[in-house]
Amino acid sequence: MQRLAVSENGFVFDPVTGNSFTVNSTGLRLLRLLQQNKDLVEIAATVQSEYDADPREAERDILEFVALLRKHNG
Amino acid sequence: MKTGHRRVRTVAVTGLNAKPDNPGPGVAVARCLREALGRDVRIVGLGYDAMDPGLYLPRYFDAAFLTPYPSNTEEALISRLADIHAKEKLRALIPCLDAELPSLIRLGPRLTTMGIRTFLPSLDQLRLRDKDRLPELAKIAGVSCPSIRPVNHAGFFHACHKEGWRYPMVVKGIFYDAQVVFGADEGASAFRRIAAEWGLPVLVQRFVEGEEHNLVAIGDGDGAMLGAVTMKKRAVTAKGKAWAGICTHDRALLDAASALVSVLRWRGPLEVEMIRDRRGNYHLVEINPRFPAWIYLTHGVGRNLPAALLHLMMGKPAPSFSEPLAGTMFVRYAEETIVPLSTYESVVIDGNRQNA
Repeated sequence: MQRLAVSENGFVFDPVTGNSFTVNSTGLRLLRLLQQNKDLVEIAATVQSEYDADPREAERDILEFVALLRKHNG
Repeated sequence: MKTGHRRVRTVAVTGLNAKPDNPGPGVAVARCLREALGRDVRIVGLGYDAMDPGLYLPRYFDAAFLTPYPSNTEEALISRLADIHAKEKLRALIPCLDAELPSLIRLGPRLTTMGIRTFLPSLDQLRLRDKDRLPELAKIAGVSCPSIRPVNHAGFFHACHKEGWRYPMVVKGIFYDAQVVFGADEGASAFRRIAAEWGLPVLVQRFVEGEEHNLVAIGDGDGAMLGAVTMKKRAVTAKGKAWAGICTHDRALLDAASALVSVLRWRGPLEVEMIRDRRGNYHLVEINPRFPAWIYLTHGVGRNLPAALLHLMMGKPAPSFSEPLAGTMFVRYAEETIVPLSTYESVVIDGNRQNA
């Protein structure tokens, strides 16, 4: 996660795989939190407070997002 | 990169073929030299066919000549090079096609006597990275490499399961060409096509699922790898050649290539082709003994390797390189060169094109 180059407008480049992709504003926020080495509980708490999200739904979405990142940037 | 060249030197570059689906590296090598050295270098293009596009690009090649095909005799080649040398006073020669290397390595001492420098591996080093010997080399270097075997008959593709070979697999020519095949009929068809073009044996290699990553560098001949730049293809031609690519950075790829260069004690340019699997492991698929057609990316990321090679050829110490900027991309395009009839006639009749 640390190796990803993330721009302010959500363009992400992985210098190891050479792949690039875009994320929306929520994805960008999640990426920033992940790059700060926040754990799932901390990220979920942040998402709940910032997006007024249901806690269980937030956790599920975060895990799904991380799985997607791993799939495309092995 | 700091090289400190300032005197005009005449350098010959081969590989002027540039069909978009599978371009030779010569035009890109000349472009790198021109960008780095401007008119402090005189670049002489050596082509094989009057339709080689590099023959007609005066902005990169100050002069261009036709030379005998590599299948011709070495005497014919050295005789032609002597003719060109008499006109151009060549100081260095950068071959850009695999098939040229055996002859030019053997002719090396005669070229040196003539005052033409090369920076090439030995014949033994060249042979060590032949496609059919890659697994052996990779094992010594501690690098993964899918197994390869020679095939001399199309019947192999219908009976390969008896030897533990499964589809998909990669069918390759001994020098060029590769095709992934998914069944016996497709395999036999690829075998016939490749055998007709490149001769026997045809090689088959186990298929590794993943993404291709390429590395270009110069071996200093003492085991060190200089100026490595890595690239992931982002768009390919029908022949799988890069049409767009992006500079990457992965320590694991650099370490693997460095180990190969060290074992080979490689001297000269090389391109290492590897597959990165889903777990991030690299598997060696080819080592090409020359600069690749995407070499201009090295200039784009601040590591102009053809200019660095020329520096080494002139007997200078290895130049310093800046860190290549991962994420720098190239995208190719094709353009038409307008050629007056008189120029075309000169190439066909006289075998050369001189700048006015």
